[in-house]
Amino acid sequence: MASIFQGIGAATSLSSSASFDTKKLQFSSVRSLSGKRASCVVMRSGGVKMDSDSNRIGGRGDQLVTNAVATKADNPASSTASKPGHELLLFEALREGLEEEMERDARVCVMGEDVGHYGGSYKVTKGLAQKYGDLRVLDTPIAENSFTGMGIGAAMMGLRPIIEGMNMGFLLLAFNQISNNCGMLHYTSGGQFKIPVVIRGPGGVGRQLGAEHSQRLESYFQSIPGIQMVACSTPYNAKGLMKAAIRSDNPVILFEHVLLYNLKERIPDEEYVLNLEEAEMVRPGEHVTILTYSRMRYHVMQAAKTLVNKGYDPEVIDIRSLKPFDLYTIGNSIKKTHRVLIVEECMRTGGIGASLTAAITENFHDYLDAPIMCLSSQDVPTPYAGTLEEWTVVQPPQIVAAVEQLCR
Amino acid sequence: MTLARRSSGFLKPLSTACSSSFLHRRPYSTDDTTTITVETSVPFTGHNCEPPSRSVDTNPKELMTFFTDMALMRRMEIAADSLYKSKLIRGFCHLYDGQEAVSIGMEAAITKKDCIITAYRDHCLFLGRGGTLLESFAELMGRTAGCSNGKGGSMHFYKKEACFYGGHGIVGAQVPLGCGLAFAQKYRKEGHVTFTMYGDGAANQGQLFEALNMAALWDLPAILVCENNHYGMGTAEWRAAKSPAYYKRGDYVPGLKVDGMDAFAVKQACKFAKEHVLKNGPIILEMDTYRYHGHSMSDPGSTYRTRDEISGVRQERDPIERIRKLILAHDLATEKELKDIEKQARKEVDEAIVKAKESPMPDEPELFTNVYRKGFGVESFGADRKELRTTLP
Repeated sequence: MASIFQGIGAATSLSSSASFDTKKLQFSSVRSLSGKRASCVVMRSGGVKMDSDSNRIGGRGDQLVTNAVATKADNPASSTASKPGHELLLFEALREGLEEEMERDARVCVMGEDVGHYGGSYKVTKGLAQKYGDLRVLDTPIAENSFTGMGIGAAMMGLRPIIEGMNMGFLLLAFNQISNNCGMLHYTSGGQFKIPVVIRGPGGVGRQLGAEHSQRLESYFQSIPGIQMVACSTPYNAKGLMKAAIRSDNPVILFEHVLLYNLKERIPDEEYVLNLEEAEMVRPGEHVTILTYSRMRYHVMQAAKTLVNKGYDPEVIDIRSLKPFDLYTIGNSIKKTHRVLIVEECMRTGGIGASLTAAITENFHDYLDAPIMCLSSQDVPTPYAGTLEEWTVVQPPQIVAAVEQLCR
Repeated sequence: MTLARRSSGFLKPLSTACSSSFLHRRPYSTDDTTTITVETSVPFTGHNCEPPSRSVDTNPKELMTFFTDMALMRRMEIAADSLYKSKLIRGFCHLYDGQEAVSIGMEAAITKKDCIITAYRDHCLFLGRGGTLLESFAELMGRTAGCSNGKGGSMHFYKKEACFYGGHGIVGAQVPLGCGLAFAQKYRKEGHVTFTMYGDGAANQGQLFEALNMAALWDLPAILVCENNHYGMGTAEWRAAKSPAYYKRGDYVPGLKVDGMDAFAVKQACKFAKEHVLKNGPIILEMDTYRYHGHSMSDPGSTYRTRDEISGVRQERDPIERIRKLILAHDLATEKELKDIEKQARKEVDEAIVKAKESPMPDEPELFTNVYRKGFGVESFGADRKELRTTLP
């Protein structure tokens, strides 16, 4: 796949002016993410299939510019320490996890729009239909409500389907099936049926995709009893969480992010499965706990560089598990730092941050030296204009300002 | 002579009829397998397919079983009616009396490995699949002896071993699930079929057509059964649907219109459908049936239809009466014996209700069981987050 990696000094340009021109800052050297660089690297998926009919419901990922991916520090110790491993992009990591699980268990099947012959609109299922056949990697018509229901019915019978929403926002059409049948059937049948589905897809604010294709569904799904929600952010945890989700007997919703599919990382060769309920310690610190997930992790790490230069020592935790929260890791961190900042991409009202704030206040109120700060997206539909879209989402300078205020 | 032999054969099994599963109650030692040919009341109407013949083969044992089972179902529904009125059953209670022939006829044509999934009018279908009266009543009253441990209620009866997949409250949502069951059957190449049941109200749901399209696209072994009782809640079918010929709505999918009050017509249609579907992909069966009660217990059922209509159907088309006439015409039992069977059904139902009332309500910890398959120590809270707190297993 031809990818052109671009560098954009987004942090500096954002603080100075609200707009930036991609053409000005283009340079075509290929950069890998795992190198330590001071400037942030933007990855752009090259024009593989520039479809002219971009008004398809699918909103293909071809024309996306994955944005503001800060060069974070290498994953601390845990993941790729000793073994050399192999390098791949996040969507390839997802595919690897998926393929390993399909190889391992014949009951695992995939269904979704364009997952089969086309290979997946974000190439997560590329090559799988040729390998496993059309029934096991099923191209469905554009009927989210019913193919989600179909996947749940198949799970009731013992299969382990993975249902892909081409964009998480489309799964709103399947909300009834996800809430009533997926989440509740295990309970209302008195434990007779288990629903081991994985519902996955890209969500989040992309690059000027418009309001309907930039939705954050984790806030809508979080109240459904009986489901688990996880959000992946790096190739390492993407593969691990995908495998864990497939192996779990509970219904799991795996949130990917449109802009993170081209992240490159070195992951271990040997098989590994991550814990679905565990949060990831990205950067240990002393002064403040920053809780984040998915794409905001990179904004936070970018802000962390600035903060370190200013003398702060933030502890960054990628919460990964959105339902249930890993209050153990979070609690230990709060007991150490006594200050919490939540940075998320959900909207302020009723988002993951709102629930997390409530959970932390109830459980760890005595350990807090300052009120919890929650930075979320604005409560507006995501605008198309690039400048407005940036203002909708939390940007690194806002994170820096928030930490400074917290630690006063 | 013959009468005495028959009645003695009758009375003996009656006394032993206390086993849990009502379908295995009566071993008829006499006249088991002589074939009787019955004509269905009306011929089948086909859409894009050749309808099966009107003549159905049956035997005395089957006839008697039909009668007994339908009498039990009818009695159960009426008992549920009075339990609801005495506030032992709360919430929603959708009764199936009048439509028993659909369940009975279907069960006669299929095996327990074929799946059935239906909406909320599921009490009799559960019974037909092998559920017990105790499980039904206990579930309706919210007791632990219920089939879903009392946590599902009237609309959530399930029986996994008998491939009965419920039991769904949202109109039409079970149709994609049913196509999923058929998908899994095709995936595993098992040679079984799925009967996905829905009503004339649900026939106007979009997800039905989506699911039908997919089933037809991939030749899934799904039989979509529309139980057309002519009223979608309080709205008559001609007021809700532009085309009330539900069996034709599949367009490219073949359909069959069946008299749903005739158990033999239903049996013939389901047999035909099962053979068809295993070779050719989905089919729609429209069962022309009628419910005597309202949509649910909160609906008197008489504001949108006349009492004359209801009693007219009861006189002319009642499924149990039809079987009764057939039995009497073929001299398989006397009037009194049939009345005895009905009395026996009433007795069984009453006993089951007593037992169900004795079953306890679920205790507090049950609130948190079966939320997840494995909760991994996740904490779950009560309303005030302090008083009731538990760790999921």
